[in-house]
Amino acid sequence: MGINWQFIADSLPLYLEAAWTTLKLGFWGILFSLIIGLICSIVLYFKVKVLKSIVQAYIELSRNTPLLIQLFFLYFGLTKLGITLNENACAIIGLSFLGGSYMAEAYRSGLEAISKIQIESGLSIGLNKAQFVRYVIFPQAFSVSIPLLGANCIFLLKETSIVGAIAVVDLMNVTKDLIGMYYQTFEALSMLVAVYLLIILPLSLLLTWLERKVRYAEFGN
Amino acid sequence: MQSLGISVLFKGMNMQRLFDGLLVTARIAFISIVIGSLLGIVLGVIWTSKSKWIRSFCRIYLEVFRIIPILVWLFIMYFGVTTALNLHISGEITSIIVFTLWGAAEMGDIVRGALESLPKHQIESGKAIGLSFLGLYRYILIPQAIRRMLPGAINLATRMVKTTSLVVLIGVIDVIKVGQQIIELSRLEVPTASFWVYGFIFILYFIICYPLSMLSKRLENKWNG
Repeated sequence: MGINWQFIADSLPLYLEAAWTTLKLGFWGILFSLIIGLICSIVLYFKVKVLKSIVQAYIELSRNTPLLIQLFFLYFGLTKLGITLNENACAIIGLSFLGGSYMAEAYRSGLEAISKIQIESGLSIGLNKAQFVRYVIFPQAFSVSIPLLGANCIFLLKETSIVGAIAVVDLMNVTKDLIGMYYQTFEALSMLVAVYLLIILPLSLLLTWLERKVRYAEFGN
Repeated sequence: MQSLGISVLFKGMNMQRLFDGLLVTARIAFISIVIGSLLGIVLGVIWTSKSKWIRSFCRIYLEVFRIIPILVWLFIMYFGVTTALNLHISGEITSIIVFTLWGAAEMGDIVRGALESLPKHQIESGKAIGLSFLGLYRYILIPQAIRRMLPGAINLATRMVKTTSLVVLIGVIDVIKVGQQIIELSRLEVPTASFWVYGFIFILYFIICYPLSMLSKRLENKWNG
């Protein structure tokens, strides 16, 4: 069984386009999850009344249900109640909904790692709240949470493989179509794996490097 | 009509069918968690070996599952391996194989982490009182490691249960597929069926996973404190 190079060359544009979709969805999903996570973790850290229980409920709900069913609910379920979203919007909302809680946990682990001494020193030299967050809490918490944040980014990029199930023309969707139409299973699957590796491997290496770079906050414990 | 949508869940055999579908999901998850954990423990023990080759082999095995999405693995097994070897395996068996291999890799990493975090003198004392290799693991290392790895292992189990939802995409008749069939059937009578059925499955998964993640959190707090 030889490899059908012609087929690979022919379907390359399809894969590139799909990879672009995956990257775009991943980018927005990650961006929104970072923002949602930050807001949630601040609410939890400063124990804001009422909001705190809402955030906790959200985190438990999103962590303990599969993305696939979240997407189905958004895409097929809500339409019936008159809320119609296109598939890309659904994918981004789904990814942010799932990612937000993971990111919140990552930030929280950073916030909790700040030692008491640091907080007390910050307060005793008379920083106001904004300065305190900006100069004492944020840089330390951020450096501690980087590895987890990075792991979550990779996790979310991988999770984008699921959005093909709601008609987004992503890598999985293209592969499934090609296998169904031409039976070039080996070629289609190899390209699928190759594209995922091309996307995720460099990111993974970059994050390992970044992790070493930001390991400056391990003092005061 | 809107308020009657929920009735689709209770009509005829629908509830029964959804639970039958859930059973398929649960069976896949249960079998792969059990076999995966057992293989993972063995892998974790092997992983602590001093040989550089064995360590990097285990590392690569884990990274292969961490970098390539599980859905891609399901596709490779279901479409790729079956065509290449001219085999006919059902979607369910395929899923069990993929989830077991993935579970073993992640579990191996958890076990390795737990074993390596044990204080060195525990191993040395064990050797000093003349325990054999198996005795060392049986009486000293495994009992202590279990405490350290249990929260992580339970977390892994929740992740695996959640991920079993993907099996519908390679044609296994699981709870989601049954839900889709019910929605198709009642399309004319109950237009809002998809909202209720998917909402119900959403809650079902939550009911299964939430106690598990609570347990893991509680164990972590208890044993850290």
